[in-house]
Parts: sequence; C-alpha cells; structure tokens
Amino acid sequence: MLNLTAVDWLIMLLYFVFVLGIGFALKRSMKTSKDFFQAGRALPAWICGLAFISANLGAQEVIGMGASGAKYGLETAHFYGIGAIPAMIFVGIFMMPFYYGSKARSVPEFLRMRFDEKTRALNACSFAVMTVFSSGISMYAMARLIQALHVFDGLFHALGWAPEGIFTFSIVLSAAIVLLYIFLGGLTSAIYNEVLQFFLIIAGFLPLVLIGLRNIGGWSGLKASVPIAYMHEWKGVAHASTNPMGIEIIGIGMGLGFVLGSGYWCTDFLVIQTAMASKNMESARRVPLIAAVPKMLFPFLVILPGILAIGLPTPHTTTVVRNVNGVIYHDTTVVSPQVEQGRGLVPAKINPVTGKPMLTASGQPLLDYDMATPNMLLHFFPTGILGLGLTALLASFMSGMAGNVTAFNTVFTYDLYQSYIRKGASDRHYMAVGRWATVGGILLSIATAYAAINFNNIMDTLQLVFSFVNAPLFATFLLGMFWKRATGHGAFAGLIAGTAAAMLHHGLTLPIEAHTGVHGGWIAVLHHYPSDMAQNFWGAIFAFGTNFVVAVVVSLATRPRPEAELVGLVHSLTPKPARAHIVWWKRPEALAVAVLVGAIAINIFFY
Amino acid sequence: MILDLRVPLGLMFTLVGLILTVFGLKTNGNATLYAPSLGINANLWWGLVLLAFGIIMLLLGRRGQKRLEQQPPDPPEEGQQQRGH
Repeated sequence: MLNLTAVDWLIMLLYFVFVLGIGFALKRSMKTSKDFFQAGRALPAWICGLAFISANLGAQEVIGMGASGAKYGLETAHFYGIGAIPAMIFVGIFMMPFYYGSKARSVPEFLRMRFDEKTRALNACSFAVMTVFSSGISMYAMARLIQALHVFDGLFHALGWAPEGIFTFSIVLSAAIVLLYIFLGGLTSAIYNEVLQFFLIIAGFLPLVLIGLRNIGGWSGLKASVPIAYMHEWKGVAHASTNPMGIEIIGIGMGLGFVLGSGYWCTDFLVIQTAMASKNMESARRVPLIAAVPKMLFPFLVILPGILAIGLPTPHTTTVVRNVNGVIYHDTTVVSPQVEQGRGLVPAKINPVTGKPMLTASGQPLLDYDMATPNMLLHFFPTGILGLGLTALLASFMSGMAGNVTAFNTVFTYDLYQSYIRKGASDRHYMAVGRWATVGGILLSIATAYAAINFNNIMDTLQLVFSFVNAPLFATFLLGMFWKRATGHGAFAGLIAGTAAAMLHHGLTLPIEAHTGVHGGWIAVLHHYPSDMAQNFWGAIFAFGTNFVVAVVVSLATRPRPEAELVGLVHSLTPKPARAHIVWWKRPEALAVAVLVGAIAINIFFY
Repeated sequence: MILDLRVPLGLMFTLVGLILTVFGLKTNGNATLYAPSLGINANLWWGLVLLAFGIIMLLLGRRGQKRLEQQPPDPPEEGQQQRGH
C-alpha cells in the first residue's frame, strides 16, 4: 500500500539528525537551571513566537483540525478566529506584563505569588497530570497513525520483525528522541525544534493544499463539491440546527472564545513558557502577537485538507473493459469496503472483530475522520515529497509532546519538588531533578498512550480534558490580575468548584448518537447535545461561571492581602512601564491592532 | 544564546531542498510516479522552493551568528524594577 523509497527515508533521517544535533549543540550552554527550564530568558521574540504556536501544533492541531474540517467544515476555523486570535492578543497586551514582570518561573508559581500556596499546589498537580495525559495522547495518535499508514511495515519486513511491534516501536522511537533532545538542551532545545517543526509543517502541507485544490477545481470547485454549510464559518451559526457543529452563537462565542480559547492560550503553561523565555518584557508581550500572524493563516494549511478530503469523489470498485487486438481485458480496481463506505477520502471505521464498517445509531457508517489529512498525503504525494509530508506529520507529534514534557519538568521541579519535597538544595541539584523529571514524564506518557484508546476524535478528547482543568482556570486569572480584592481562599474554592461543575456537567449530559460512559451521562442523562463539541463548550461555560461566582463570594468573605504585596501582580496596582523610547508602530499595541484587523478580515472572507 | 537557530534551520532545508530537486530531476518525465500529483513534478518544484528558502535562512543565520559571537550577551532589561525580598 505505502511504498516508501530511499529518498523518503533519507529526508526523515535528516530531520532526526538535525533534531538531535540541536540538542547536542545546546548542551554546552546549559549551565544553570535557568538555562535549562527557562532557556536563560534570552531568546528573540520571533523564535518564541513561532514556538508559541508550534507547541500547540501537535496531534490536536494537525490531525484533529483536519478531522474537524472533514466533520464540521469551515466552522472549524472558529477555533482560530474566535478561539485563538483574541485570546493571543489578550495575553500579549494585558496578561504578559504580570507573567513576565512578576519573575515567576512558571504559571503555578505566579499563582503562589498572587494568591497562596494551596492554589499553586492544586494548579501544579492538575497541570502536571494534564501535560502527561496530552503527551500520552499525542504519542498514541502518532503510533496509531504510523500503524495505519504502514510507515514502518517495509522496515519491519526487511528486518524480519513481527508487525505487531510497530505500535510499541513508534512510541519508543519518538519518546527516545524527544527525551534525548530535552535532556540535553532543555527548553531552548524544545523551542528550537518547535520552530524547525513549524517550517516543516508549512513545507509539508502547503504543496498538499495546492495540489488538492487544483484537483478539485480550485476554490469554486471545492465549494461545489461539499454541502453549502461546510464552506461557511458564520452562516447558520445563529441556531444549533443550521450548522454542522450543532452549536449556536452563544455557545461558540462564550464557550470557545471566552472560556476555552482564553483558558488555553492565556493560562496554559505549555504555551506561556515560550513567551516567558524571551529576552525582555517588550519581546515577551510581542510573542503571542507574532504567533497570531501565522495562526490566522493556518486554517488554510490544516483545516482545508480535511474539507478537501470530504469533497473529493469516493473511490469505488470499478471494472474497465478494454479490447487490445481482439483480446478482452478486465481491469478491476478493487477498493476495500472501508474506503467504499466512507465519504471522499475519509474511510469508514471498521469493527476489528467482524471486519464490517461500524454504524452510528441512525445506521450511517461511522467515519474515521482522523484519517482525512493522512489519506490526503498518501493520495497526492509521490515518493520524495511524501517523505517530507510524513516527516512533517511526525515532527508535529514530537513537538507537541516536547512542549508538554518541558512544561511538566519545569512545574514538577519548581512547583512540586522544590516547594514540597526538597527546599534549598543547590541549583545543580534542581537541574538534575529536571532532567530526571523529563525521563519520568516521558515514561508516564508512554503509560498513558497505552491507556488512551476509546475516543472517536482526538480533538474532542483534548477539549474535554481542557474543559475540566483549564476552563475554570481562566476565571481565576482574570480575577487575580484585574481584581485586587480576590483572595487565595476565593481562588482555591473557585477552582475546586469550577472543576467539579465541569465534571458534573459532563456526567449529566450526553451528545446525541453517543453511548453513556466516556462521552458523558455517567451519572444520569438530563440533557442531550447535538454534538460532543457543543457539550464541551457548554461544559466550559458552566465551569467558568461556577468558578467566577464562587471565587467572588468566597473572596468577599475572606480577608484580602495588603495592597503593597500585590504590586506587579494586579493591574490597578502596577505602574505602567515607561515606553516613550519605543516608536509607536513598534509597540505591542500597534501589532495587536494589526492582528485584530487581519483576523476580522479573514472571518469576513470565510463568512 | 550561542546558536543562531537560522543556521541549522537553513542547513536542513537546503539539504532537503537539494535531495528533492536532484530526485525530481532524475525522475522528471516519469508519468507513473507523478500520476498522484496530477502530472506535476512536485519533487522538483517544491525542492527548488525549499532550496531557496534554506539558502536565504542560512545566509541570514551566518550573519546573525557572527554578530552573536562578537557581541557580549544582552544587558539585563532596561527599567527593571528593583524589588526587595
């Protein structure tokens, strides 16, 4: 099925050599724990900016966005237009001064400075668990994809190994590479490789989109071959029944834009750590804004392949009869039922026991949307550039893992080990702990990878985890940074209540056509949502609201901290930095306005 | 910081570009191979694009690397607030 030649392997090998080479080259500059965990706080803004979006460009983005594109159409672009861009502007302009200015080394540490020890402990623990989980999912998705694409089948066959080992081999190989380059070069190495991967993704996916569009007849051809709702980001969004995602405007705007998007881009240390690694305050504020520029253009690269995959004609078993010199030939192209039952290039899901396509509750074949983007690669790329495309895919998985691992080792070392296990040890000791935390984190991720098998869409899984942990979190940061009266007890109670509300909501509701269990409804089914995405968004809204209300009530009932302690941590008590020496168009605010105008233009284009 | 990222970045894309270009030239006119990509020699054309990108990055990176080695590390941030412990 998949014929990889020496050129493909050469390109893949070259990438691995460079990834590890960067790790080795950076090893000698890792002298203190600050170098290792914070990249010495010395990187230029553009590098951190590209790493800022790359850290998020793992399985969730590349495969998940392609899958969502195939499943929901252009409405997926809301993840960018509403979910990411406004949040990135907000974190750059309003929140970065406190993250960077407070000299906190991690997001949980900022919570300790602003609130108290228990809030930090809670956040550090939940964050550590979440990073391991995300990285494990990334690993699992990669191994499954390698299996499905038969990338290593030829290699295994040549070596005489059993093909059952491919899953494990893929996991061990990727884990070993990520482990090695982070172990050697810490956050700098992770950030450098994220930038490398950013360019690889463009190099691998831009030709795919161009060839795909050409095949389907350009933009107008694409419009003609998919249902009309697929090509509109906003049309039909006023009511849940008239758009593919089944969410109305309030659910999208509040759930995705205000709660999930901001919760992720403004509070997740996975992305914030790259901004905190930049060389000064102005750079740190520019990082998310620089990141927003390519982010606006990414729907073309990652969502479009999914829509193209749905729009292309579905392959069918065909027999062509031809007559050559009186001899009749029957050329039969056999297509597996998996492909034939699918839509476009998106195959149907096959029940591994019966070998028949799996059906939804209404009798339609269940589509394996996660294969949309990978199948596009196989369909259009000849050997050579196929190696580049697969390398880009592997790179995205590894870099998604790497971001999680560096976030994990920093939070573990600074916020858990140094705070609660062993205080006051030497800097060298903490650096060694960080290195071993990297090993531990990766081992835990591997364990998670083997445990994560039950979901249809990786994207929904991650959104679910984020809605439990991150959605209430954004309320805590908003109150912490912009309301000086917020107290530690309030923040802590709010976080607990918010997470509890998210879980309760998930336990009481269920998307239609889903079975109770991991998809929700494990307490009782009180409400049915039109899609699991709608369920996630509303869960996030409930979590955020609960956290906000509980935090405000408890804060008002408890004693506030003296204002002098909050200088540099709360907006109203922090003096504005003097920026008269910077020309107006070089200021982060000017960049922010430009990004905002661009984002609005793109939303109008996709209307 | 001792390594300008654009050096390895440029080097990698130069090499990938070279590999694709050479392979594309060798297989130019192979209709079976380029049937999936609609008859376009995707290796040759995209290889040339990546080669150009790689060389530009490499040149910029080498200049940056020289500057890094000549200059002392960045001074601490201006207007930094002194806060007591």
